[in-house]
Amino acid sequence: MHPPALQHGDGAVRPTGEWTLSALTPRVGELRRALAQAGAAGWDLSAIDRLDSFGALLLWRAWNGRIPEGAIVPEALAGHFARLAESAAAPPPRTRFGVLDAVALLGTTVLGLASHLVDFIALIGRLALDLAYLSVRPRDWPLKEFSANLHKVGVRAMPVSALVGFLIGVVLSYLSALQLKAFGADIYIVNILGLGIIRELGPVLVSVLVAGRSGSAMTAQLGVMRVTEEVDALSVMGISKYVRLVLPKVAALTLAMPLLVLWTSAVALIGGMMSAELQLGLNYGFFIETLPKVVPPANLYIAMGKGAVFGLLIALVACHFGLRVKPNTESLSANTTASVVTAITMVILVDAVFAIATRAIGVPT
Amino acid sequence: MVSLRGLSTRFGPIWVHKGLDLDVAAGEVVSLVGGSGSGKTTLLRQIVGLLQPAEGEVQLFGEPLFAGNRHEQKLRRRRFAMCFQQGALFSALTVFDNIAFPLRESRVASEAEIRDLVALKLHMVELQPHHAALMPAELSGGMIKRVALARALALEPELLLLDEPTAGLDPTRSASFVDLVKDLQRQLGLTVVLVTHDLDTLAALSSRVAVLAEKRILAYDTLDAVMQLEHPFIQEFFLSERSARALERGRGT
Repeated sequence: MHPPALQHGDGAVRPTGEWTLSALTPRVGELRRALAQAGAAGWDLSAIDRLDSFGALLLWRAWNGRIPEGAIVPEALAGHFARLAESAAAPPPRTRFGVLDAVALLGTTVLGLASHLVDFIALIGRLALDLAYLSVRPRDWPLKEFSANLHKVGVRAMPVSALVGFLIGVVLSYLSALQLKAFGADIYIVNILGLGIIRELGPVLVSVLVAGRSGSAMTAQLGVMRVTEEVDALSVMGISKYVRLVLPKVAALTLAMPLLVLWTSAVALIGGMMSAELQLGLNYGFFIETLPKVVPPANLYIAMGKGAVFGLLIALVACHFGLRVKPNTESLSANTTASVVTAITMVILVDAVFAIATRAIGVPT
Repeated sequence: MVSLRGLSTRFGPIWVHKGLDLDVAAGEVVSLVGGSGSGKTTLLRQIVGLLQPAEGEVQLFGEPLFAGNRHEQKLRRRRFAMCFQQGALFSALTVFDNIAFPLRESRVASEAEIRDLVALKLHMVELQPHHAALMPAELSGGMIKRVALARALALEPELLLLDEPTAGLDPTRSASFVDLVKDLQRQLGLTVVLVTHDLDTLAALSSRVAVLAEKRILAYDTLDAVMQLEHPFIQEFFLSERSARALERGRGT
């Protein structure tokens, strides 16, 4: 094992030692410079112990892409240079990003957006058709999948939503109490917490949690099934992917979300109540008694309606992106990200629409 | 090159290998054959360090695989390369970037040199230059195997491990892939260890055959010598009528 080196003598340059990638690694910069300075002298490669394509390439580049005249190249090494000459004759095309590409990129983005819209509407249409079909064939209802999904997106989401709800309730109550104390309007804490949590915070908070937790899981699951061709296998068996995969998810989340909203709002109110007791000395009995008086039940119905709509949206968006995954890892991660971001954005947009549409309902005027 | 000493592997309560020994000399092309579930791929994964054996030791290039500090281990790992059964190309990268990836990671070659090297590797595995811009999802099965081979050859390995190199290829493609590996092995003086079910591949490529059965290497010799042995597995594997035809075909190439 001799390290690679360049020797000069007798008007010839002699590379010696091991001209392999591993042996060249420690001193490649130094040898590159030495090769560049060697210039058009005579070359003698007979002292090379071993050569691989990287070593050959270094020499080849120093020679400007051809074997110099009068160079002594042993028979065993000639193959490397022959292959280099052949591959250099047809280099892979270089791709550059130009003005035209920028225009094309913009066009692709706009068309992509349009195709998303079309696909999303098609998904809703398919689901509507499948629902119509299922309504006359109760035997084909995917009840088991529905129940499994309900457990996964509903029951298993309860601990985390309770934890987050409780803490938000505590924090909200504590901050409001500080302000209300200054005005001596302590008892209005019940109004603020009741309306704020039940009508607005509960549904949106749960939606964000569920979009991150269940929406991403749905997209990833459908995506992996696309990658491994499981979705295609289902189609070949004559089983509709919409009935078996999409519908149970959408139905389960639409049903589970209002219940989760109810649960989270309740826990958040308990958190707020405990904080109010500690901060303002408002006892539990008073809080519980006052709550129904200051928060009309219409708020609860709005909250549950919102929950159902948000759940439907999150599940539809998740399935839409899941079914668009192409069979590669990059597409899987991109679609999962897009699914969560789109779901949360849509929820907040729709929430704003809800706020405007229900502005006259359930609030004291 | 590769030396396995007293290797034992256990999956739960089942011993897959028990006291297995194998030595592969430089320049050999060794085919690992064995029945389904005899742990051929497991053995290959142990050689490259993806799995740790329960007992025994794997030595590559005369040193234990996990000897030395991180840097030494990294240098040792660059001396061998593996082609996975499904190619295991990075699906987010183009063919060009897949092949360039190990070169860029090694931080030896400049970007211009990498371009030339990738062109060379593509040429070596008989792919067209315009294939460089394709994504792995756009490639056919045979092309995936070729790109995987080009990527494996990127860092000029001395030892090449192939897991089912011809599985999933039609006979013509599989024959041309075998020819390619054979050519490259001769040109570059590689040592090759491959796992295969395909008798055509086996007969065409291997200089020696290692038969994995009864939790150890039952026989390790040239194909002809192995076929002389009296053992139910060997008899069934090599000497059935279908096998004889396949071996005949493989030898012809």
